[in-house]
Amino acid sequence: MKLLTLNFLTCAIKTCKTNASSFPLHPRDAELEIQEADVNLPFLKNILPRLMWEELRTICKELGLPDLPPTPPTPTDLISGGNSTDTTEGRTQAEQEPSQTAKDLHRVLLETCIQEGKLVCGCCGHEYAVKEGVANFLLPGHLV
Amino acid sequence: MSRPEDILPPDLHYNDVESRKYTTSSRIQRIQADMTHRALDLIGLTQPSLILDVGCGSCLSGEILSQTAEEGTPAGPHVWVGFDISASMLGVALEKEVEGDLLLADAGQGVPFRPGTFDAAISISAIQWLCQAETSEESPAGRLSRFFNQLYASLRRGGRACLQFYPKNDDQKKMVSQAAIKAGFGAGLLEDDPGTKSAKTYLVLTVGGGELDGDITGVVRGMEGVDVMETRRKAGTMKRGVDKKGSKGWILKKKEQQKAQGKVVKASSKYTGRKRRIQF
Repeated sequence: MKLLTLNFLTCAIKTCKTNASSFPLHPRDAELEIQEADVNLPFLKNILPRLMWEELRTICKELGLPDLPPTPPTPTDLISGGNSTDTTEGRTQAEQEPSQTAKDLHRVLLETCIQEGKLVCGCCGHEYAVKEGVANFLLPGHLV
Repeated sequence: MSRPEDILPPDLHYNDVESRKYTTSSRIQRIQADMTHRALDLIGLTQPSLILDVGCGSCLSGEILSQTAEEGTPAGPHVWVGFDISASMLGVALEKEVEGDLLLADAGQGVPFRPGTFDAAISISAIQWLCQAETSEESPAGRLSRFFNQLYASLRRGGRACLQFYPKNDDQKKMVSQAAIKAGFGAGLLEDDPGTKSAKTYLVLTVGGGELDGDITGVVRGMEGVDVMETRRKAGTMKRGVDKKGSKGWILKKKEQQKAQGKVVKASSKYTGRKRRIQF
């Protein structure tokens, strides 16, 4: 499971939904894997405003990955040679080259995957098992 | 048409044998691909987006979402997250090494994502399974409303969802679309080849009007071969097709009937059905 998905997953239990600590889910005993993928710059730009940067930093720290910068990158940071004059005029999306920041972000969000381990809700402590990269979000009847 | 949902719950029906059969059948592959393309047309994405695939199964639809624009996916390649209740189906998907993320989850238990996560959601041949409840603790209506409420929350404003499903009858069609409307979606049903054996029903949902000027019919604007049928009841009008006895419509209908029976009927004019002026 990609870290991007983990940045959007919350606890599935109804009583946790209203509680702020149900997001993010904390990875435990996680085995990581890198799955190579092509950099998709328009997608990164699209998803950037929706990321919860603080939570992403927490998750990276818990996984023992290198620290992320304290502030999220801006859309112009993602384009190499990102002068404002360049990006607004004359260049279509296809011509823009991803910068090192974009490549790093892509590495963290889309290539780093949790293969085995557990996701723990910060509110109720429910553990969601992850096996072969698939998290089990099925709940027993009394918790729905 | 066989209805597996009448026989067994989805996690038991799609065991290893059934999942493999379903995934390797070239007929099912073709139909699923057609329906996925149709759903993508209805969603109308303009940039690579984050998409939710509800009931992704073995990810026949997900493979299409990962394709680039040159391979026929509008604005692709998209990044997607799929969930399904059948572990065997997901196992088949893992073997195929699909690019999206997979979750084992029951749509009837909700959608475990934070608000405003996805640009769009698609679902191919899945939500008819929500019309069944396996235990006495839950009901189809409860499962549907939990699913649609949480789906509504997890889509961003201006997002769209296109859910293809096989309704058993008109009641089921109504139950599903009413649940979606109750959750806050703008909803419309699109039917391909209605009345034939290969009829496909798509439930098109919008979150917030966006550029659609508040009407779901804006989704199909500019599409070829789509007829718009208005079935919403207008406030204050009578039930469709029933005229009050003695009204002009009623009189005209009676005259039609009598004419059809071969009787001699006076010609209709603008005075038909009008009151006579009071004479002194």
